[in-house]
Amino acid sequence: MLEVSIYRYNPEVDSEPYMQEFQFDTQGKDIMVLDVLEKLKTEDPTLVFRRSCREGVCGSDGVNISGKNGLACITPLSEAVKNNKLVIRPLPGLPVIRDLVIDMSQFYAQYEKIQPYLINNTPAPAIERLQSPEDRAKLDGLYECILCACCSTACPSFWWNPDKFIGPSGLLQAYRFLADTRDTGTEDRLAGLDDPFSVFRCHGIMNCVQVCPKGLNPTKAIGHIRSMLLASGT
Amino acid sequence: MVNSVTSLGRSGLSDWLVQRVSALVMTAYIFFMVGYFIINPSPSFEQWQALHGSLAMRIFSLLTILSIAAHAWIGMWCVLTDYITVRLIGPKATPIRMFLQLVMIALILFYVVWAIDILWGI
Amino acid sequence: MANMRTMSFDAVIVGGGGSGMRAALQLAQSGYKTAVITKVFPTRSHTVSAQGGITCAIASDDPNDQWQWHMYDTIKGSDYIGDQEAIEYMCKTGPEAVFELEHMGLPFSRNDNGRIYQRPFGGQSKDFGEGGQAARTCAAADRTGHALLHTLYQGNLKNETVFLNEWFAVDLVKNSDNAVVGVVAINIETGETVYVKSKATVFATGGAGRIYASTTNAHICTGDGIGMALRAGFPVQDMEMWQFHPTGIHGAGTLVTEGCRGEGGYLINKEGERFMERYAPNAKDLAGRDVVARSMVQEILAGRGCGENGDHVFLKLDHLGEETLNAKLPGILELSRTFAHADPVVEPIPVVPTCHYMMGGIPTNVDGQALTMDDQGVEQVVDGFYACGEAACVSVHGANRLGGNSLLDLVVFGRASGLFIEKQLREGIDLKDATEEDIQRAMKVLNRINGSQEGEKASVLRAELQTIMQNHFGVFRSGDFMKEGIEKLKALRPRIENVQLADTSNAFNTARIEALELQNLLEVAEATAVAAEWRTESRGAHAREDFQERDDENWLCHSVYFPHDQSVAKRDVNFTPKTREAFEPKVRSY
Repeated sequence: MLEVSIYRYNPEVDSEPYMQEFQFDTQGKDIMVLDVLEKLKTEDPTLVFRRSCREGVCGSDGVNISGKNGLACITPLSEAVKNNKLVIRPLPGLPVIRDLVIDMSQFYAQYEKIQPYLINNTPAPAIERLQSPEDRAKLDGLYECILCACCSTACPSFWWNPDKFIGPSGLLQAYRFLADTRDTGTEDRLAGLDDPFSVFRCHGIMNCVQVCPKGLNPTKAIGHIRSMLLASGT
Repeated sequence: MVNSVTSLGRSGLSDWLVQRVSALVMTAYIFFMVGYFIINPSPSFEQWQALHGSLAMRIFSLLTILSIAAHAWIGMWCVLTDYITVRLIGPKATPIRMFLQLVMIALILFYVVWAIDILWGI
Repeated sequence: MANMRTMSFDAVIVGGGGSGMRAALQLAQSGYKTAVITKVFPTRSHTVSAQGGITCAIASDDPNDQWQWHMYDTIKGSDYIGDQEAIEYMCKTGPEAVFELEHMGLPFSRNDNGRIYQRPFGGQSKDFGEGGQAARTCAAADRTGHALLHTLYQGNLKNETVFLNEWFAVDLVKNSDNAVVGVVAINIETGETVYVKSKATVFATGGAGRIYASTTNAHICTGDGIGMALRAGFPVQDMEMWQFHPTGIHGAGTLVTEGCRGEGGYLINKEGERFMERYAPNAKDLAGRDVVARSMVQEILAGRGCGENGDHVFLKLDHLGEETLNAKLPGILELSRTFAHADPVVEPIPVVPTCHYMMGGIPTNVDGQALTMDDQGVEQVVDGFYACGEAACVSVHGANRLGGNSLLDLVVFGRASGLFIEKQLREGIDLKDATEEDIQRAMKVLNRINGSQEGEKASVLRAELQTIMQNHFGVFRSGDFMKEGIEKLKALRPRIENVQLADTSNAFNTARIEALELQNLLEVAEATAVAAEWRTESRGAHAREDFQERDDENWLCHSVYFPHDQSVAKRDVNFTPKTREAFEPKVRSY
């Protein structure tokens, strides 16, 4: 039997959070952490977590699994269980609403701050705006972000200043638009990032790179933003 | 764009640049001094005074002192705005941080003035 | 509940997926007060899982491509019960809608000349089936749905749409004229119930693949819009038509895009034979999805299935080479390695036909207005009520949807609904206010569930429902067996209505949401079952063992299911496109 320990907190009932222990029979199969949660919820319907696509593209079920942020639906037990024990907590650093569900409004607010949409005020052509495959390739590794918040909630700088530091996810998206040859808002975008907090609270700890379930590299993108700021500032 | 009352209106880029440039100056100084001691493991008082009496060395030392001051100020400002924040310790954070920053400024100024006094007093 | 809060909007869109956000974008740009009610944060909607692309004649791959060819393919694919006026509108307006997405920033893959990359998909042809395989599906690698959904969310942020994120719509509110004047919705985070009043209520609630045990659909695809419409007494159309996608990963159910076969992959049985050559000599693995899915099941039934239990076939990709796979199908490599423990670079992926798409839905016209029929069988518009996307049945997919047409459907008809509602709002919409009694009627189900302490667990009942649907209404169907399934569903109804709510708290109570979703699943399942048993022919995705032929004389029609007496009526298929003569039904071969 697998020992599963899950963070529980219901604001209406509990004065403080606690860890609840479950025994789970995996029947020898290497299932996903989400399968475990789903099964436990059939036993205890009060257990609360988010989930949607169950295939790692919607970004709903980011949780802290045995100490590392990840998506429950694509993390197999073989990667998550240590000493026959699975520990599931909410993503750290943001307020907990209930059990494994966190309040992500600060995370989304940072995303909105970077103007996450294409800016191009030139009249659009009758067909698509042309872009070479090489220019399009600059967006690879950026546009795939699923906003699961695994990276930002693994970042100490984001823990300390979630209201001021944009965080790895938002910055990855900021660079996604800076790198897009169709976007003409570069100057504005850079001006909005040139304060001591938005970008420069990144100290290159690289937790974001380590946990990203999509294998993306926010630190690298942040480096590119710095270079662009440097180039535009001199 | 984040505006913070205590950021003293500096841009993140200039802070970041100052950190890097000052780090280079300090590294150069360390390399120079280590090199000096390798070549001359136990300098006499005269040798030591001659070294620091030259104008170039005095400027180099002063530059290093100023680099340490800038580096320390930006670094400590970051640390203070990470940990001594309203979000973490409540409304008293701002006055505490202000006080600590004033202490920092006073200390740094004191050290810089003292260093200048030493360097030009040779 | 007497003091329930009311929020008022010009337009309310239920559902934050592709069609809902496209409609919302249109309305937000027009300046009308628009809200999107969505039970998950918008980018968690199921559109995000669409992989292969959006089919549209933008004439990039082939400069001579014509939207009329796309129209022909879609009508043929629908097995001739797609409405030709609607299909014409979709194929003709498509390029404009796709270019708009590109202008909004959608990161399409590109050809060397800088235009959008298009890949071949099943059922695509040039020159009305005479010119061979076409490549018409515009793609952003194999993450087109993700790219599209995020782009639409970004567009809505730019235009400051109001999002009621993690709110769940419970039921429609109708006034005394039987017009729709909003919905009752729960704020999941706080548990507060609110009457969201609106001049126009758009259902963009997506599909309901979760009525089946094995589905490519997300957990959230529970047919909430269909359930609400049926409970409000409105009919649904073509609910017997469910698409089984040929390539769901065996065991996990996760989707493997048709783009794999578009890029040159093919299916093999346990003997390593490329069996689609026998079933569809011309199109082979790129025949219509219904054709491929049936062929796979036939291979399995003939004992040529793969694996220990011989219950799946293989999708072979390794011959395409690692470089191509990394460039064109990176997401598939990830999914296959994670869920099938197979690396497509060196070994085939175990796949099996898996429930994927609901062709049926709330009947609407091209403007997104929901339709009903009066006692004489005459079509009538339901005032204040609109639908688009998978929840709607315009109908552009008829009995079988072509790959890549769902994303096009979303943006074209989300946009069309938005445009039409904008026009109506400008002209003035005047609907009677709902009375306290009207609102209470919409609270009935929620009140019942909130007070339900006895009864069985939602998870147990849901599993039972899914098993019934999987066994009795799968790829192949037969009358007796379906009748048995209908009886089982009938017996299940009182148990599901009496589902236990073990958690009565307010904060983020997902048990309550699951109990409500279960009610919707049941409505969808019953409509599906009754309509499937009713249609005594085989057409598109509806394949009957006891009626194996298509019967145009009797069944070239839509089915319309009425909830109050569970009756089904025929509705004429539209054969009057505006710009050309209709495509007449002919034998459908690939």
